Parts: sequence; structure tokens; C-alpha cells
Amino acid sequence: MQDDIILNVSDLKKYFNTAEGVVRAVDGVSFNIRYGETLALVGESGSGKTTTGHVIMGFYSPDDGKIIYKNRYDLSAPMKKRPLELKRDIQIVFQDPGTSLNPKRLVKDIISLPLLIHKTIDKRRIYDKVAELLEYVGLSEEFMFKYPHELGGGEKQLVAVARALAPQPSFIILDESTSALDVSSQAKVLNTLVKIQKELQLTYLLITHDLGVVRNISQRVMIMYLGKIYEEAPTEKFFKSPMHPYTQMLLSSIPTLSEEDEKIKPKGIESIGEIPSAVKPPNGCRFHTRCPFAKPVCSQRDPPDIVLDSNHIVRCWLYE
Amino acid sequence: MQESSVNEVKFLELEKKVKRENWKRMWFRFRRSKLSMVGLSIILILLLMAVFAEYIAPYPSHAGLHIAFKNAYRPPSFEHILGTDMYGRDVFSRIIFGFRYAFMMIGLVLSLVTPTGVILGLIAGYYRGTFIETVIVRLSDIFISLPPLVLALSIASILEPNIFNAMMAVSLMWWPWYVKLTYSMTVSIRNEPFILAAESQGASTLHILFRELLPIQLGTILTKVTLDAGWVILIGAAISFVGLGAQPPTPDLGTMVSEYSKYLPEYWWMSLGPAASIVLIILAFNLLGDGIRDVFAGE
Repeated sequence: MQDDIILNVSDLKKYFNTAEGVVRAVDGVSFNIRYGETLALVGESGSGKTTTGHVIMGFYSPDDGKIIYKNRYDLSAPMKKRPLELKRDIQIVFQDPGTSLNPKRLVKDIISLPLLIHKTIDKRRIYDKVAELLEYVGLSEEFMFKYPHELGGGEKQLVAVARALAPQPSFIILDESTSALDVSSQAKVLNTLVKIQKELQLTYLLITHDLGVVRNISQRVMIMYLGKIYEEAPTEKFFKSPMHPYTQMLLSSIPTLSEEDEKIKPKGIESIGEIPSAVKPPNGCRFHTRCPFAKPVCSQRDPPDIVLDSNHIVRCWLYE
Repeated sequence: MQESSVNEVKFLELEKKVKRENWKRMWFRFRRSKLSMVGLSIILILLLMAVFAEYIAPYPSHAGLHIAFKNAYRPPSFEHILGTDMYGRDVFSRIIFGFRYAFMMIGLVLSLVTPTGVILGLIAGYYRGTFIETVIVRLSDIFISLPPLVLALSIASILEPNIFNAMMAVSLMWWPWYVKLTYSMTVSIRNEPFILAAESQGASTLHILFRELLPIQLGTILTKVTLDAGWVILIGAAISFVGLGAQPPTPDLGTMVSEYSKYLPEYWWMSLGPAASIVLIILAFNLLGDGIRDVFAGE
């Protein structure tokens, strides 16, 4: 394996048993994340992107596949069996800061928990360190003795970011971290995330459905649909020359304000239908039920990996 | 080892101040309701009477075995504001000592039942879907399925009938309700992201149980404890009334009602005092419970 890869996921599968049948949330997903980059994992609700992130965190064990972290740790082990240093090195920022911060704990207690667990700092310096972290994410030290309900949405999410930073991690999963926020706090949180990534050389896995966020902060994009990844490209190429019909459909469904935006937007594909159930996913390419270019082969066999150039991979029969 | 910095001291003081303000806010929310203040005052007065019974009761020696037949069956008067009983004992004095037993019962039962039930409930909820959950939940289901008073009565009848054994019997049937309460609350917040966040950062199980899960439930638990205090008195009185609890001449309120009710209706004052006291305690605890619920509901 190459040295510059921090996380290697291969053929990851996660199924859930439900009353309706087996939900194939993640069904054979492979990708690499390089040190210091932001990889965006994009998809509609129900595409399995959050499940992928949660499996990496260890909230669920995968049903199949391998996750190798920093060439030596096996992340297919559930959270409880992981060594403590992994719980320090990998952090997550959840979607809704309203539920990711304990309503009965002071901000200071929330942020100092990882400091105390991992003994990052002398006990008598805790307050100083918490104040420093708060300042680092753009909040004043007065927030220390507030309860989460006394904060606004953006401020809460910044507290969650400070908590994730506290144990000095190298990899952070951003699980829709900005999608529950209003636009102005979204910008503030995003700017903070970009700033700290640069300064601390962090690696991000950005899970989102917001293509605007993707364009702003990620270097590479993967597009996920019903548990599979259908296109993988550097951000610029992804927006300029999307190959997969699903990607084209997603991009053409972004509402635009200016005519310039309208011009660069890919045309021709209207969004039709909704994402089918993951209990009975369509055969072959899972997108063929909504794809205007579907050929007979699309409904029969899984599309192959088409490598367009070194970084751009698309899984579609159209480019065979 | 380095000294705490100046900042550190400043922050510690700030934290204390914030915590003090939070208490003040809670007290303010409690005080807003007149009825809960009434409840609290009644309980404080009764508690003081219980503690200083020897000094407050006009005839402290009448609490136990005291016989003065020439004073028997006196109706309420200035010397005996609630009259005297069949042995010539001052009913009011006996009631004051009765409060002592009432608060002892509450203290004993709730200090056994609450921690046991809450800890088991937290564990069962946290280990949802495992063997541990099954054992705890089934066991408390078994105890809940038995009619509580019948269970308490049969236990009290097997053991020597006295106030301590009666309380043990009451405790035995009471803990599962605290398991149920904390179990259901724990299950509903067990998979909230803030628990996942703490777990994923390496927090210990003890931390999750007592620092993350418990504080959220504290208000509900405290409200139940207060409301239950009245019930303990009632069940204790019921057990004493059928003769399986405190035995005469113990000045227990339930025992007194049981003893004196034989003299109804002619000597009504004998049972009126103890019965009214039981009602008063239960009422006061219910008012207090409502106040505590409002304090936590306001957050």
C-alpha cells in the first residue's frame, strides 16, 4: 500500500435486518483517503453515506470488507475493541449539534472529557486548554460555563468541533456537519474547518448532500447511490465534466441564482423519480431505473470500473 | 508539578459563580409555585418536630408505654389539644413521635430502593440487547407482577412483625419501579449522538452511566422519589393497620389509627389526629413533588 494513504476501505459491506427485509445500506464500497486531503462522500438520503462513516467510526461492525487505518490498524473491529490511541486519533463531528452535546453538561465539561481521558494535558491546566480550544474555533472563553441550550446552532457546532480537536486527532469524519445549520453559521463553521485543517494538517472525510459545501472545501468527490460508489473524481473535474448520468442529474438539480452559474451547469438530465428502497435494490446498475440513457445491459450486470484518467473513475456502461 | 496558573484560579471561581446562579434559578422556579412552597414548609416543620420531638411534645413520656387511667378518653382540651387515648396518653404527643417513625420509614425505604433501582435500570438500558438486560428486566417484571401489598404482607407475616421488617418488605416490592423508570429513559437516550461521541472518544462505562445518562434523568427520578415518599407512608400505615408492621406501644401513625379505630365513633378524636397527619404528610410530599417537577421541566 502507498505511504500517503491514511485510510483504505475495500469492499465494505453493511447490511441491516429490518421487518421489511435486509437493507443493503453499504454494498461493496472501496476507496482511499490520502493524508491531509478532504474527501467528500456525496449522496441522497438513504444512499448509505452516513452508514459508511459510522462503520469507520466503529458504531457498527461491517458485514464484510476491510478498513485499514494508517497501514497498521484494522478498523473493522467495533469501537469497544479498539485501542485507546485510535479513539484519540479518529474523531467525528455529527450532523445535529443539538443532539451531539449532552444538554446537562457544561461546555467546559464536554470539551475537557477527551483531554482527561487521553491525558493530553496536566489536570491543573484544563481550564486554560479549554479556553484555548474555544478561542481556536472562534468562540470566546465565556462559553465555557454555558449549557448547550444557551448557545446558537453554529456555536454549538463549533463546540462540537472543539471537542473533536481536543485530543489532537489526525482524521475527522464530518458527518453532515453543516447541513443542520443556517447559511451564515454554515459559512462560519466551514471556514473554521478549513482553517484548522490547514494549520493542523488534518484529514477529513466529508459526508454531505450539499454540493455547495463540496465545491468549497473538498479536493476529491465520490458519489454514492444505494450503497455503491458510482463516480470518483477530483472536485474540479467532478463539477466541470461529470460523467455518470446520476452525477449529471444531481448537478443539474442545483438551484442557481446567477446566469453564469446557470451556464456552467450541466444540462439535459431532469431529476426523475426517487431513490428506490435499499431492501430490494435494482439489479445491475442501481441507477438504471432513473437513468434516461439506460441500455439493456444496465439492468442485468454491474457496471465495470472505467478509469478515465489517473484520478477519475466512473462506473457506467455508457463509457464501455 | 506546576502550580495552578492565575487563569486557572479565575476560571474556578467563575465556575462556582455560574453554578451558584444555576441553583438560584432553580430555587426561583420552585418558589414561583405557592403550593409547592406550602408543601416544602409543611415537610420542614414536620421534620423539625420529628427531630426535636422530646422538646416539642407536651408529654414526651406518653410516646411509649404510659398508663394513667384517670386521664383516659379525654376529649380535646387545652391540656390535650387532640385529646387522650384509652390509657390516658396525650394523642398529640404521640403523633409528634409518630412523625419520627414516618420519616425513618421514608428514609430507609427510599435510600435502599432508589439507588438500587436506578443503578440496575441504567445498566439494563445501557446493555440493551444483551444477557444483562434480560436478567434485570425479567427479574423486575417478576416482582412487578406480584400485587405489591400482598407481597409486602406475606413477607411481613413470615418475618417477625416489626417496623424494620415491614420496611424491608416494602423495599423489596418497590425497587422494580425505579428500574422500569430509568431503564426506559436510558433506552430512549442510549443511542443519542452525544453518547456515541463520548464513547467514541474513549469514555469509560462508568462515565457514560453516571455522568452522561444519569444527569438527564435526575429531575424525573427526584420527582418520583418525592411523590413516592407519600406512598411509603401509606403502605407502611396499611401494613401497620393489619398488625404486621410496628407493634404497640410504638407511636407509629398507622399503628395508632389501627389501635384507635376500635373506639370509633364515640372517641373520634383518638383516630382523627393520626389519620389527619397521614393525609397531611402525603399531601405535602405531593405538593413538593409537583414543585420539583416544575423546576426540572423548565430547563
